[in-house]
Amino acid sequence: MKQITSTHRRIVWLLGIGLIVCILGSFTLGHYPVPLSELLGILGSRLGLPIQPFWTTQMETAVWNIRLPRVLLSVMVGACLSGAGASYQGIFQNPMASPDILGASAGAGFGAALAILVGMSSFGITLGAFLCSLATVALVFWISRHAKGDRVLGLVLAGIMVSSLFQSGTSFIKLVADPTNKLPQITYWLMGSLSGAKWSEVCFVVFPMLAGLIPLLLLRWQLNVITMGDDEARAMGVNAGRVRLWIVLCSTLVTASAVSVSGMIGWVGLVIPHMMRRIVGSDYRYLMPGSMLGGGIFLLIVDNVSRNATTAGIPIGILTAFIGAPFFLWLITGKGDHYEH
Amino acid sequence: MSIEVQNLNFSYGSRQILFDVSFSVEKGEFLSILGPNGVGKSTLFRCVLGLLSGYTGRVLVEGLDSRTFSVREAARHIAYIPQSSRPVFNYSVFDIVLMGRTSALSPFRAPSQRDNDRCAWALDKVGISHLAQRCYHRLSGGEQQLVLIARALVQDAPILMLDEPTANLDFGNQLLVLEQARTLAQEGYTVIQTTHHPEQSYLFSDRILAIQHGRVLTEGTPAQVLTEETMRALYGVDVSVVSLYQDQARICIPQKITNQEVTP
Repeated sequence: MKQITSTHRRIVWLLGIGLIVCILGSFTLGHYPVPLSELLGILGSRLGLPIQPFWTTQMETAVWNIRLPRVLLSVMVGACLSGAGASYQGIFQNPMASPDILGASAGAGFGAALAILVGMSSFGITLGAFLCSLATVALVFWISRHAKGDRVLGLVLAGIMVSSLFQSGTSFIKLVADPTNKLPQITYWLMGSLSGAKWSEVCFVVFPMLAGLIPLLLLRWQLNVITMGDDEARAMGVNAGRVRLWIVLCSTLVTASAVSVSGMIGWVGLVIPHMMRRIVGSDYRYLMPGSMLGGGIFLLIVDNVSRNATTAGIPIGILTAFIGAPFFLWLITGKGDHYEH
Repeated sequence: MSIEVQNLNFSYGSRQILFDVSFSVEKGEFLSILGPNGVGKSTLFRCVLGLLSGYTGRVLVEGLDSRTFSVREAARHIAYIPQSSRPVFNYSVFDIVLMGRTSALSPFRAPSQRDNDRCAWALDKVGISHLAQRCYHRLSGGEQQLVLIARALVQDAPILMLDEPTANLDFGNQLLVLEQARTLAQEGYTVIQTTHHPEQSYLFSDRILAIQHGRVLTEGTPAQVLTEETMRALYGVDVSVVSLYQDQARICIPQKITNQEVTP
């Protein structure tokens, strides 16, 4: 087991290196090509190193104001969705759980649609989506407190019902929205896209994201114990109910932050944790960081495709489904993982 | 006194399950809680473990009221070995055992090398070191039960509670697990199991607590409890209790069969 554990740790480190390589590579891609040396020069000078500019101002603008926020945002959103997916799968002991299970996405969609309907600015839309997402999960939690019987089942059922309620709310807003400008805007937002990523958005979500991701990383051993079931976890000294509450809070925070800037991006939170289970095993000590890094890499690559494949830019939410669904089928029909011997 | 249960009453809603149950277990003793299905054995077990709290009466663990324990403190006193555990995700045997160390860790920490060493010790102790790297799902029922025992041992709790440890096992594995439980009791662990098997309780445990309809029917040494009268009162069937090997073992045979033999 020592070899397996150290292999898994090594893979997590490799994923970290892979993420850095992907980030650097992503800058050089685009309609306005930026060579790697210029890229490093721009980043270095922005970070305060005394480098004489050997690049053009347009290059600097493209790298710093357009590509960097978009690259950062896609990595952060991917890490959050995937980390939240892995957490939800653990606390619900269900490999089919995804970040939208408690209604975070449906709530964000409704909030964004409402904000667009009343004509808010783009920051207002992000804020509306974020707050509405948190409020939806809080509502789900409040309802589940009053549900009889199994608490976890009550939570999941409440999540499904409230999601469906908010989705119909969104549909109603689309029905009454002005079909010439507002309806297309709502539809586009709901598809999920990172085009038009701005520094203001990065700054808005970075703190809630970190506030959620760090506890998830710290609690990852407790999460292992919770997957054994509440009674066993309790007998091993873990207050399953309380830890689950914390993990739901953190996962909701990161999901709401991610969805509020990216719109609906499906599949990442389900597929990446699954893929990582095959690569680093089920132990959350490696699965949690592995999922976050893997989610970041995946969404960054998909966003690069979305950005460069067509001039119009296919919304990333459509692409993740195009890539994610067949990939998932390949995963579940492929050979069993190496762990089973 | 390792565990002392005083006047325990428990109800699910208006349905009372346990009536004034009192008993105690000495350190290093192997107690079997014997009784048919649905008489409150599991409820009693869960009350003692601290998984159910809505009871009246007291559960004293090493002289302390178990209600005053935090979840972690309780885990340091009593380790629980479930009948079977089916984790949804695929863990190695070593990872499962390592989870038993959680009560010794602060909440934000993951296990260290010292914890790994402790697990290696426990796996060796129950004789399954060779399984450490295997996937838990792929083990036989008996091997899984031994893994759960190893997990309980690394918890460093002096009391081990086994919930029907042999219910899902074949004959050979039943003996393997019970041998292990008895060895642990001889080494000073307090061992409590619930069981359906009077003959096995007789063979392996130091004392038997017979539960019927939520009440203590009788309590005593195996020789005092495993009698024809008690078995009839407990299970409602007429059996002949036959003593073998200078009363080292007793077997229960339905009287329909024994009667046929006497009157051919």
